[in-house]
Amino acid sequence: MQTIEFKIKWGMVIDIDKCTGCGACMVGCQVENNIAPMTKKDPYNYVQALTWDRDDASNKTKTLTCLSVYELTNGKAFPDHETAYLPRPCMQCGHPACVPVCPVVATEKTEEGGIVSQIYPRCIGCRYCMAACPYHARYFNWWDPIWPEGMDKGLSPATSVRPRGVVEKCNFCHSRYLDAKNEARQNGDDPMNLADGAYTTACADICPTKAITFGDLNNPEHKVYELARSKNSYRLLEKLGLAPQVYYMSKREWVRKLGDNYNADGGGHGAPSNSHG
Amino acid sequence: MDSKLFPEGTQRCSFGQFLIWMAFLFVIFVWGVYGATLVLYNGIGTTGLDNIFGFGAWITFDLAVIALGAGAFFTGLLKYILKIKQLEKIINLTVIVGFCCYAGAMLILVLDVGQPTRAWFGYWHPNVHSMLTEVIFCITCYLIVLIIEFVPLILEQKQLNKIPFIHALAHNMHINMALFAGIGAFLSTFHQGSLGGMYGVLIGRPFAFREGFFIWPWTFFLFILSAVGSGPVFTVLVATLMEKITGKKLVDFKTKSLMGKIAGSMLCIYMFFKILDTWAWANGYLPSVGLTFDQMFHGFIYGKWLMFSEIILCGLVPAIMLVTPSIRNRPGLLYTAAILDCIGVSLNRYIFTVQTIAFPVLPFESWQLYYPNWVEYATSLMIIAFGFIVISLSYRYLPVFPLETKLNYQSGD
Repeated sequence: MQTIEFKIKWGMVIDIDKCTGCGACMVGCQVENNIAPMTKKDPYNYVQALTWDRDDASNKTKTLTCLSVYELTNGKAFPDHETAYLPRPCMQCGHPACVPVCPVVATEKTEEGGIVSQIYPRCIGCRYCMAACPYHARYFNWWDPIWPEGMDKGLSPATSVRPRGVVEKCNFCHSRYLDAKNEARQNGDDPMNLADGAYTTACADICPTKAITFGDLNNPEHKVYELARSKNSYRLLEKLGLAPQVYYMSKREWVRKLGDNYNADGGGHGAPSNSHG
Repeated sequence: MDSKLFPEGTQRCSFGQFLIWMAFLFVIFVWGVYGATLVLYNGIGTTGLDNIFGFGAWITFDLAVIALGAGAFFTGLLKYILKIKQLEKIINLTVIVGFCCYAGAMLILVLDVGQPTRAWFGYWHPNVHSMLTEVIFCITCYLIVLIIEFVPLILEQKQLNKIPFIHALAHNMHINMALFAGIGAFLSTFHQGSLGGMYGVLIGRPFAFREGFFIWPWTFFLFILSAVGSGPVFTVLVATLMEKITGKKLVDFKTKSLMGKIAGSMLCIYMFFKILDTWAWANGYLPSVGLTFDQMFHGFIYGKWLMFSEIILCGLVPAIMLVTPSIRNRPGLLYTAAILDCIGVSLNRYIFTVQTIAFPVLPFESWQLYYPNWVEYATSLMIIAFGFIVISLSYRYLPVFPLETKLNYQSGD
């Protein structure tokens, strides 16, 4: 399968040097996309009540976020020690590992804009796409989603909720894309040529330091066009050839080097330590 | 009590003894059913699987039993298509073992997919590019073929066979069995391959990714070869275990040795290509993506000893043992080689499933550990208990072994 190209290519450039690791992007993502908080008790499931509790948010390996912030370090001791934070949404790869493996076409990269979709009512929950994605950008609904009383009133009407047993992922807040296109049509503008900022994701919106810039990577009028082409920009695991549409940038060389594996110069895999946020 | 139902001219243990044995199996089965109920009712969160290890013990178990169940299609192919007559002494057992393995794998898959009621989407919305679609097609179709192959054996039950229609039906099904053996061989070859292809196509997982021929990565062919290199001797092991439990001779050693020779020959071909493939992966592909062979292993749990055990101790060693007549013709050594062979193929499936995912591809991530919990063990044991129950019932009431009377109750050879 060749890299899939579109006229419009929605993408992100995340400036790691600006990211403080506050996690607002994760919160914004959860609220925008109706992601249920992890709760120990399920008041509607009597079998669960008779057996044992579900996982709560302290179990990070079963938490559903769609966007995760990683902590990077250069592995050196004080005073040379340095830390950086790396928010990781779905990379919306041009040559995705997840799309061709899905047995039921529940994930596609066919729409103009190049966003990798996830069709929740069709997903059978086999998790093959999760095994395929090296970025861990896909999450599974391990338990029935439950919103504690009152929280359900804050659900967004724009995004469908998902049942237990399906895989989900970041879709660049796709409902915002539909809204932006509709608004353009109402204003008599071309929905296929949206202005910079007309469509943006919740994580980019909420970021207090404006570390995340969102736009059309193919459109010279969008800020991301220049940013993605700057000398400090790079993508994660470029050697694998997945052609991600999410770019990172940092002036620090050790941060950029952590974006891929290098065996030739000894500075590659496993050298600096890390933790998962 | 039920002696009228026994196969012609055979003796079986008392009904009470049989009931105790079945009750023991039933207890294990029920424990698994309890685990399965929790999974279906509460969710897969009940298991030890998580967002890193979407595949775990269940997929490993599935791949292993499907490989070990390959004795059914491969023996069927040799018996019905290549007309190796000697294999008719064990062909019935290969079908039963194959049926247990595939039915068991399907049951586990029902638990493993998050939305089992949507399983038919594999037919309704098939993605022709996905190896898993092909697996869904072939496994479901092949299970039907195995049922068709199993039915005539049930119809040959002494009392049922007295009914003229059933007798004629069983006879006619037998006559056409070559057709089903052919279909079975076709379906089985493809899904054994596709299971390997499932891992080989993972471009984002350097541990598993392989180049290949046309649309098939090398793992496609390696999985077929390893399955036919181990399935036949797994059937021999099942037959031998049955002999130990029942205290009777059920299959002549000549047939067992022939099965060993068949598996050994295939295992030799497999080992040749497996070693070539591993070498090419370590020296060609891995450096091209900035990785080294050493980085693919970590600590004890994910250590190199796993791969070396698989390839040398449980691969090369049994391959040599099985193709060497003087070793293969000694029962103890034949069974040892068979056990090593079966462990080797299971280890291969485990490594491809778990280590592939455990390896942190992102340089700033670390190796992750996966512990299956009791739910995954209980449900897997449920399938093993199910297999024991089916085989026990078949042995007691169906004419599974054509040589049983001759080997146990008649004097002379």
